[in-house]
Amino acid sequence: MKNKMVKRISALVLSAFVLAGSPMAVCAMERSYTYNYDWWGDVQDSPDAYTVCGVYTSSDFGLDVNLKSPEGLYVSGNLVYICDTGNNRIVELERVSTEKFEVKRIIDSFKGDVENKTFSGPTDIAISEAGEFFIADKGNGRILKLDKDLNYIMQFDKPVDSTLDPAIGFLPNKIVIDTAGRVYCIATGINKGLIKYENDGVFSGFVGATKVAYDWMDYIWKKFATQEQRAQMESFVPTEYDNIYVDHEGFIYACAGSVEEDDLDNGTVDAIRKLNLMGNDILVRNGEWPVYGDLYWGEGGGYEGPSYFSDVTAFDNDIYVCLDRNRGRLFGYDDQGKMVFGFGGNGNLDGYFRKPIAIEHMGYDLMVLDSLDCSLTLFLPTEFGSLIYQAIDQFDDGDYDASGESWQKVMDLNGNYDLAYIGIGRSLLRQEKYREAMDYFELKYDAENYSKAYKQYRKEWVEEHIVAIVIIILALFLIPLSIGKVKEIKHEIDIADIFRT
Amino acid sequence: MIALLKKKETYQHYIATLKFALYCITHPLDGFWDLTHEKRGSYAAANTILILTLLARVMKLRFTSFIFLNVYWEDLNIFLYIASVLFPLLLFVVGNWALTTLFDGKGRLGQVYMATCYALTPYPLMQFPLMIFSNFVTVDEAEFYSVLSAISLIWAALLIIAAMGQIHEFSMSKNLLFMVASLFAMLVIVFILLLFFSMISQGVAYFISLAREMLFRL
Repeated sequence: MKNKMVKRISALVLSAFVLAGSPMAVCAMERSYTYNYDWWGDVQDSPDAYTVCGVYTSSDFGLDVNLKSPEGLYVSGNLVYICDTGNNRIVELERVSTEKFEVKRIIDSFKGDVENKTFSGPTDIAISEAGEFFIADKGNGRILKLDKDLNYIMQFDKPVDSTLDPAIGFLPNKIVIDTAGRVYCIATGINKGLIKYENDGVFSGFVGATKVAYDWMDYIWKKFATQEQRAQMESFVPTEYDNIYVDHEGFIYACAGSVEEDDLDNGTVDAIRKLNLMGNDILVRNGEWPVYGDLYWGEGGGYEGPSYFSDVTAFDNDIYVCLDRNRGRLFGYDDQGKMVFGFGGNGNLDGYFRKPIAIEHMGYDLMVLDSLDCSLTLFLPTEFGSLIYQAIDQFDDGDYDASGESWQKVMDLNGNYDLAYIGIGRSLLRQEKYREAMDYFELKYDAENYSKAYKQYRKEWVEEHIVAIVIIILALFLIPLSIGKVKEIKHEIDIADIFRT
Repeated sequence: MIALLKKKETYQHYIATLKFALYCITHPLDGFWDLTHEKRGSYAAANTILILTLLARVMKLRFTSFIFLNVYWEDLNIFLYIASVLFPLLLFVVGNWALTTLFDGKGRLGQVYMATCYALTPYPLMQFPLMIFSNFVTVDEAEFYSVLSAISLIWAALLIIAAMGQIHEFSMSKNLLFMVASLFAMLVIVFILLLFFSMISQGVAYFISLAREMLFRL
């Protein structure tokens, strides 16, 4: 935080005084597919962290009926579930080899003691540890719980809560199941946070509502406005979440895409939050730049405004990947909130999207569902991407030497990669090579870690040179003292009576 | 001039006036009175202090620890950076003199300049050691640096106020009033300069287009 202040001030000083009138150099140079932001926020080209393994459409899967505006994606083991919203069905695919998917079954109805045994616009699916299916049956306004043979167990209806308008329908959009079998749901039109059901189906409250963002000017204006004017103005309501993901530890990653630029800019809202059981945001934001995808929102290629996070997925090493619907990009962040990679774009090429709606991961492979293209894009990590994960995993396992070596390999592939420098530094720090660690941290302006290393280095230095330091300090006191003494004695001798004759 | 440089007294006087800066910053009221009235200051010393200030400011960029100051070298123009001190100084000196001379200020333009430069002494005096000190601290101890750095600026600012009071022989309240007025005078000068340059450039552009038109017709 302090560092941020200092940086702000230094930036202010520079911008205020240094009227260096060099406008952003117009680069005709083609940017690389994958990129990252350095400490200054400049875009740094990067080798690809992921490559497209394949773009799978209905015919690639061998489906008789083509996918129609699919919205939900879920991965469990080597099974992939696509909610084919437009066709009121769910497609279960099995990934038989790295690049081959086979349709296992098509779920369009279920058995059991209930009137309506079909779906209407299912938008999301989740599977509990016991193998039960939870399906957000949006059109029918219910969340279904089915056993693994698709027998109806129960359903979750609109929560009974006095604060909810009884007139509005219940449109469950996205669901997740935590380890205890609780269901968290995002419903369209309900902005009080996530709807939480206990595992017996009882509604137990809303969790994790976003902070309400408003500024004082609007508030004052509202005080003076008439009823009609007030209706015209934006109301201060929390933003609705767009999607949720529950990670391996049971924390919920929730992304809110439809946020105002200004609110995002001054930090009153967050594009992505990590909720604990209490619904508090525990996402670590130690990066130099906020976790909201692209830093520059100017118009480019017909797209402007901040990144619109429509889905998020988190690996087991706490790296999470956000999917930006606005510019069709994927942004990976590490557990400290530092950007690991950013890549993608809008278009028709492989690895570019038209309306990416959902992201999931299988191991370190990423899958992105495009709702307009009705396609599934499979990304595999490259050597560069794998090395990053390897280095992070090794560090988390406490294997610091190996982690340092892996980061060194990452740096060999990309010399502009800040995380590699800091990674090497951190591993050197753990190996108690403080002087070397300091150099790496200084190169990438990591003041916190630099200070940690420097503190130890300084301590060592003082301990080594303590004798010399004491001698110098004593000398500083004693030499002037003795000189004074000698002068005094000389003076006394000079004026002593016995020498006067 | 050369003959003057060969004399030993010249250097003794220079050293004495430079040393007097140290007296000024610790005894501002007495010091700045003597500076002009007893002629204990010199332009050479004032220029030296100004150059040291500029040097401190430029060297800070390179030698301060990155914990406190990070410089985006690609966008740094050293001349503009130096001008960021010189230009406000010039504005202040001219603005202050132009205003106070109308209201019984006793200081002359040169004296205002000299006193202002003498008042800048704490800046190089503190920033040079701070620059070295910054390389021996961690972020936890960063407060020391920030506080001391702020003190050097506040100290210099207070000295400028004190100096102007003594140079112009103003009372405290009148002095403060004219310090604020000087700031407005600076703004007015900036405004007039902008107006002037924009007028000139438009005037030049007019004649250029006129000439172009004539060449085109002929």
